[in-house]
Order: sequence, then C-alpha cells, then structure tokens
Amino acid sequence: MNIWLVMLIGGLLTFATRLSFILLLDRIQVPDWFRGGLRFVPVAVLSAIILPELTSPNGSLYLSWRNPQLLAGMVAILVAWRTKNVILTIVAGMAGLLIFQMVLGML
Amino acid sequence: MIAKMRKQEFWSGIKDEAPILLGVVPFGLLFGALAISARLSSLAAQAMSSIIFAGSAQFIAAQLAGTGTSGLVIVMVVFVVNLRHALYSASVAPHVKGLNTGWKMLLAYLLTDEAYSVTITHYNREGDSETRHWYFLGAGLTLWTSWQISTAVGIFIGAQIPASWPLAFILPLTFIALVVPALKDRAGVAAAIVAGAVGLLALGLPYKTGLLLAALIGILTGLLFDGKPK
Repeated sequence: MNIWLVMLIGGLLTFATRLSFILLLDRIQVPDWFRGGLRFVPVAVLSAIILPELTSPNGSLYLSWRNPQLLAGMVAILVAWRTKNVILTIVAGMAGLLIFQMVLGML
Repeated sequence: MIAKMRKQEFWSGIKDEAPILLGVVPFGLLFGALAISARLSSLAAQAMSSIIFAGSAQFIAAQLAGTGTSGLVIVMVVFVVNLRHALYSASVAPHVKGLNTGWKMLLAYLLTDEAYSVTITHYNREGDSETRHWYFLGAGLTLWTSWQISTAVGIFIGAQIPASWPLAFILPLTFIALVVPALKDRAGVAAAIVAGAVGLLALGLPYKTGLLLAALIGILTGLLFDGKPK
C-alpha cells in the first residue's frame, strides 16, 4: 500500500475515533456509572503512560535506585504536587535526569 | 459581551497550552528527524503530522514504514494506538454537547493527548461556561501549530539532534505536571495507581493495547472507590 493511502486511512480512523463519542453521546442516553467513570479518564490514561516511562525506560522493567528516569520522575512528581506549575515540573524533572545520569555514571 | 467572552476563553486556552509546548516541541523535532531517517519524503513526513496528528502513532507508523511493513498492518497499528482517544472523546462529549457538527468535527480533529489534558483540566476546575468550546479551540490550535512547525524543523535539522539528548523524557514529565495536581480524592489516586501498575504489567502487550487495558481497569477502580461511603 502506498504511504499516502496508509496515512489517509490511518488519519481517517484516528479522526473517527476522536469524533465517536462526541457524536454518540448527543444521541443516546448512557447509564450513570458510565458518566461517573469519565472523570477518571485523564488520570487513568496519563498514569498508564507515565509509570512505564519511568520504570522501564528501555522497554523492560528497571526498578532500582540506579534508574535515573525513575529518580527524576519522583522529583517531578514532588515538584508538581508542591507547585502545580507545569514549567517548574518539566525543568526540575529534566535537571534531575541530567544530574542523576551524571552522578550514576560516575559510580 | 459574548464576543468578548469568546476571545477571553480562546486566549486562556492558548495561555494554558503554552507551557505544555515545552514537552511537545522536542517530541515534534524528534518525529521529523525520525521520519527522515526512516526514509519518508519530507512532504510525507510533514503531511503525516497534519493527517494523522497523533505523536506516538506517528512515531510507530514512520518506523514501521521504514522497515517495509505492509500498509494494512500500519493502518491497524495506528488505529489501535489511537484507540485511547475514544476515551477522550467520551470524556469531552458532555462539554461539547449542543455544538453544531462543524464545531464538533473541528474539536475532534484537535483532540490530542496534550490538548485534551489541558482542556479537561480547565473544565473540571472552572466549571462550564457557554463559550467554553473557544478554550478548547485555543488550546487545540496552539498545539496543532507548534506540532506542524516542530515537525518541519525536525525534518530540516534531522540528524543534527544528538541521540544522547534525552528529549523524549520531557513528554512523561509534561503528563506528570498535568496529572499530579488533578489527584484530589482517594478514588482518583486509586485510579491513577492501578492504571499505572497495570500499564507496567501489560507492557509486553503490543502497540499500546496494554495502555488501553490499564486505563479501563484504572477507571473501573475509580468507580469502585466512588461507590464506597467516604
């Protein structure tokens, strides 16, 4: 299949997925538990993205104090919790990563 | 009056999305560079950023195209990787109810991870106003524009980005900045922890199907906690 056709179909499917419930929920009644569950969508999806990135930076589980991504992630979580500031969180996490990589590299 | 409110919402969408770009722009640079090294043409690489417009799906699609994977498989992979957007769609649906189809299609096109998380955080905090779709539009367009530009720059500078720079790590940091302040009650914390843990356990599943499974189990956990008396 031509790359342009692949992109076009992949793009249409992605768009249809994004549009799905926006159109559907206007037309059908959904049960209360479904509505209740919606408020957990952001924390659940984003946490499921975040945690593996911290604990498995190279694709396999690396739960160790020698894992710089894990340490930097904990710094970022702490900063996000205390400051609620996006830029501070990112800067602290990246600085943490660079420092931990350097320090752990010397050990 | 209403025009002024629209403008205000639109601008606060742009303003709230802006810090997130710190995480998005490096990701776009990396995508542009990767697409070229996977032997996509500059035009195709740039077009992918507006036609598919979904970071991680684009990374995987470009990589697969570079290794000569069949087109049908790539299409399926893109679809599966982006299935989590159905959850986003359900989550924003109550907030865009009543808009005309043109608006709905426009906002659906802009419903990426980063525009979604900023917008839903705002809706949950500020409550609903009549002009709230303008906030979504501001956040979404800001993300879209920076994604197109950073892709273009990535295509252009390509291999000059040193592989040792851990730029990809900025993205999980951005998500941390959005999730942690949103954790306000036990049910939310439980949903986050369980989703994260299942995401880890299901890491072996192909093409982010583990992510979808983890999100669903996390949401169920939140619901279970909600049901209990506090």
